[in-house]
Amino acid sequence: MVAYFTEIFTGLMSLFIGMGITFKEFFKPTVTVSYPYETLTMSARYRGHIELVEDEEGNPQCVVCGLCEKACPSDCISLAGEKPEGGKKKVLTKYKLDFTKCSLCGSCVESCSFGAINFSKDYNLASTNKEDFYFDLLKRLEERKK
Amino acid sequence: MNSPILLQPDETFILNVGPQHPATHGVLRVKMEMHGEYIVNAETVIGYIHRMHEKMGELKTYPQFLMNLSRMDYLGALGYSHGHVLLVEKASGIVVPERAEYIRAIMVELNRIASHLFWFGAFVMDLGGFSPLMYALQDREHILDMLEAVTGSRLTYCYFRFGGLYNDVDDDFIAAARRFIPRMRKSMKKYHRLVTGNIIFRKRLEGIAPLSKEMCRKYGASSAVARGSGINFDVRKNEPYSVYPEFDFDVPVYHECDSLARYMVRMDEIEQSLRIVEQGLDKLPGGPIMPDKKPKLIKPPAGDYYQAVETARGSFGIRLVSDGGKNPYRLKLRSPTYSNMHLFDEACRGMMIMDALAFMGSLDLVIPEIDR
Repeated sequence: MVAYFTEIFTGLMSLFIGMGITFKEFFKPTVTVSYPYETLTMSARYRGHIELVEDEEGNPQCVVCGLCEKACPSDCISLAGEKPEGGKKKVLTKYKLDFTKCSLCGSCVESCSFGAINFSKDYNLASTNKEDFYFDLLKRLEERKK
Repeated sequence: MNSPILLQPDETFILNVGPQHPATHGVLRVKMEMHGEYIVNAETVIGYIHRMHEKMGELKTYPQFLMNLSRMDYLGALGYSHGHVLLVEKASGIVVPERAEYIRAIMVELNRIASHLFWFGAFVMDLGGFSPLMYALQDREHILDMLEAVTGSRLTYCYFRFGGLYNDVDDDFIAAARRFIPRMRKSMKKYHRLVTGNIIFRKRLEGIAPLSKEMCRKYGASSAVARGSGINFDVRKNEPYSVYPEFDFDVPVYHECDSLARYMVRMDEIEQSLRIVEQGLDKLPGGPIMPDKKPKLIKPPAGDYYQAVETARGSFGIRLVSDGGKNPYRLKLRSPTYSNMHLFDEACRGMMIMDALAFMGSLDLVIPEIDR
């Protein structure tokens, strides 16, 4: 009998304690960010999709060794280059990234010994069109320069 | 007008829970044979998001498979990567610098706390309490921010490398982790006052879904499911790996065998993980995070290797059969929730459906990890 009433009393108390905590939380400052209107800056090491790094003259640093292509677990990088007449080094002519397959593991960036690719900070990439995720990184580099 | 279907007193009906159902937290289907509100028989149907991770392990080279491990259990991804790198390092004889091992342990424990926090919130939400989820996510967000600043991603990390780490932690991370520990301890007190003491919560869990020791052993259950049934087994203690022997921590074990015991084990585990993080930060040695001679081509000698680790969801085992090539010959992933989930069919017989769903929450299922 005593146990019955004790349980009712402690049970009620536990509900009031809980209510007290939620009541206190109610007056705490908001911590959420209302996303499309406010955005956060990404951390320095944020791993977005890759992008080409340019040298002092504005050309891609890439030497078309193809190591990133080999390192990629999902075959999402395809690149091509050619030797210009009279030139010694290969020049990048095509660098395509299939972002639909990329899992942002960073193997390509690590495999590159020339520091020619880097992670971007882009994250507003939502689209309903699949073609929007086939990135032409050379074109993106040109656009960035402008 | 249709007339209502009247069931005979001993007639049962089939209730299909899932594959898309909020209570299953993923693409799990449970076929329940019901007698009124009581479960006569239940059958879990899995495989809706099977992605052939084991086969991918055979087709990819060792470094290429690194990122797959974090796609298994999206809440506690680092624990799984830890098992994989430890296994390949053991197989190919790579020595890991001490600093890297300490950072790994700190990261895995932080990830474990994040995973348990999410489970805590989702579990209470299963039982009808919404606000604890918001508080838990707020605390979890601090961990994710810390991990993001170091690893570059928030959920599907690819941070561990054979021989060490992707990059080093900075002073900001250490300061943030130190700030987080007292904050989390304060939050734990809040959670216990808000949820553990709550009479409705306790009535829903106390004495519900008793799992005997024998049953846990039979099904190969681990983590809080086994430890809530009085089995003192934690891979970190029983088969020590990495730098865990250096840390002073306890394995919470409860003997009540009910859903509340499983809840209590996980809540205590958060506190123990905080202790490990604290000690790890104190003891963190200096030095490199990768061996001097970075392993270029990973080709473990032919043989059979096994490594078990304690992840947030239980003991995760990974077996590698190598033929000396650059791809594994066979890679077997033993996922803990796969075993934990199969208890459900037997244990939920005769239970009321609401209790069974609470019981399912206490198992802490992550479906991509079952299906892998």
